[in-house]
Amino acid sequence: MKGKKKNVENAALMQKFSWNLMWKQRYLLLMSVPFLIWLIIFKYIPLWGWTMAVQDVRPKSFGMSIWERDFVGLDHFITLFKDQKFIQILINTLGISAIGIVLGFFSAIIFALLLNELRFIKFKKITQTISYLPHFVSWVIIASIAKAFLGDSGVLNEILSNIGVGPFKFMTTNGVAFWLICCLIDVWKEMGWSAIIYLSAMAGIDQGLYEAAKVDGANRFRRMWHITLPGIRPTIVTLLIMSIGGVLGVGMERQMLLSNGVVKESAEVLSWFAYTRGIGTQNYGLGTAIGVFQSGISIVLLFIANKSAAKLTGTKLI
Amino acid sequence: MSNRAAVKIKENRKFTPFDIFLVIFFLFIIVITLYPFLNVLAISFNDSLDTVRGMNFLIPRVFTLQNYIYIFTKKSLGGPLVMSIMRTLAGSVTSVICSAMLGFVLSRKDFYFNKLFTVLFVVTMYVGGGLVPEYLLIMRTLSLGNNFLVYVLPGLIGVYNVILIRSFVEGLPYAMQESAQLDGASDFKIWYRIVLPLCKPVLATVALFVAVGQWNSFMDTYLYARDLKTLQYVLYEVLNETSVNIDSSRTDAVTSSVTPQSIRMAITIIATAPILVVYPFLQKYFVGGMTLGAVKD
Repeated sequence: MKGKKKNVENAALMQKFSWNLMWKQRYLLLMSVPFLIWLIIFKYIPLWGWTMAVQDVRPKSFGMSIWERDFVGLDHFITLFKDQKFIQILINTLGISAIGIVLGFFSAIIFALLLNELRFIKFKKITQTISYLPHFVSWVIIASIAKAFLGDSGVLNEILSNIGVGPFKFMTTNGVAFWLICCLIDVWKEMGWSAIIYLSAMAGIDQGLYEAAKVDGANRFRRMWHITLPGIRPTIVTLLIMSIGGVLGVGMERQMLLSNGVVKESAEVLSWFAYTRGIGTQNYGLGTAIGVFQSGISIVLLFIANKSAAKLTGTKLI
Repeated sequence: MSNRAAVKIKENRKFTPFDIFLVIFFLFIIVITLYPFLNVLAISFNDSLDTVRGMNFLIPRVFTLQNYIYIFTKKSLGGPLVMSIMRTLAGSVTSVICSAMLGFVLSRKDFYFNKLFTVLFVVTMYVGGGLVPEYLLIMRTLSLGNNFLVYVLPGLIGVYNVILIRSFVEGLPYAMQESAQLDGASDFKIWYRIVLPLCKPVLATVALFVAVGQWNSFMDTYLYARDLKTLQYVLYEVLNETSVNIDSSRTDAVTSSVTPQSIRMAITIIATAPILVVYPFLQKYFVGGMTLGAVKD
């Protein structure tokens, strides 16, 4: 009976194309087709631009049709892999990503776990509200504050010198130190915001479980470990899979703004490289190829992460 | 039962050392989150020459408006400020209207192209052309370089926002739309008169997010419109100028007794102010988008 009803509903939805129907839905069409045109121009034409990765495209040849440009096959990718800066940039990108994922996940999960245990409701609300704030502040502003705060003669060094430590070169030390600073600033900015999703997952955990554990004599830490953490595990795995897909996609904006002449070598990431090679030196084909390389690896990583997460934990994204 | 209740009450009354640790920990978090902002605020209102003695303070030691007067008169910050306000207004108004329209259309199951259009839009959330093709589209194909439209058109539709609005409209009782249809209202009228007024909460959240994004946006100015300077871009220039070009700033500073450090801090405050001012009041809408999305997905 129920199935039959559903079939009727489906039949009502399975409309046949007719000009009559189009006329009936003319307002719906008018209210969506302009945006479809926008979508094609601003989203699908750049996708078509991926073809430039196998062509020689420079400012002069950009105006030519696709058939007139020189087809170069995989030359751009070979140029990229042979570039003397490429290895360093790949290491930078992977290093910053790895540290960022580890620090980002641990800080947000611990923050959410502890906030969930806080008993003073008002204080909890205020803390949470304040912790979101830096998320809404732009990277330019964060960079400006970071330079004032962490600079060689900045506020933090001033405070530290009062207790007789330092000065430290927070913003001007090459290598892992700079990656760590980038990621710590990111943690400062995003920790509270990333915790929201865990907190809302925690709110969905059955309170009866806690009551039962309490009666069984489990203390607070055991309850956190055995109830809260498993309760948010699917959320953690989903977010982890997505972040692994973005391992090569470290944004150029943050890197560019936080770096300076001294640390540029360890600050440069793939997307920034695509900008300097593709737009800076106007080798559009090469710049596109770098982007394609980045997206390709991302998709592969996403599938690997998804498969292994499905095997290990039973949670799957796709 | 009574036993369990007793346990509960006992636990609620007792504050363990762990509770005290939590309070101290979160007080520490609050301090490290707010102190940098308050410190910058204090420096921006402090006398430049006094700041050189040390910057580690919470309230201005020698109060002055000199830094702000300097950035508006000598650095002509007025233009970029107007540009930032204009792009924020134009960008968020157009984006909210367009996203609301599309969200409504995609919520209509009876719309013939519903499935097709939804898929075409959602796909673009996951795959994009990347930096160089987008740059070429905007600068070469559309010639939007240094055109105000570059702040409005590329971000006209936020697909995530459209999905958010669509879910919200789907949650409204469809009977209202049906009865309006029977009364002979066109789909546009249904959207404008019935759906839109009911969507206020979700539209407020979307508007806020788009507005914050517009205000904070820096890369589009950097890539496409360096003549149409916004506050964020000016702050970027000042940040770089002081590290590269110290000498000219120094002569500047001698004549006006305002140091680059203080100038930077004052501009930072001007660029942050709207968000800091609006934030406490609209806080629930700021979080709204995140939770709305989390629930519906």
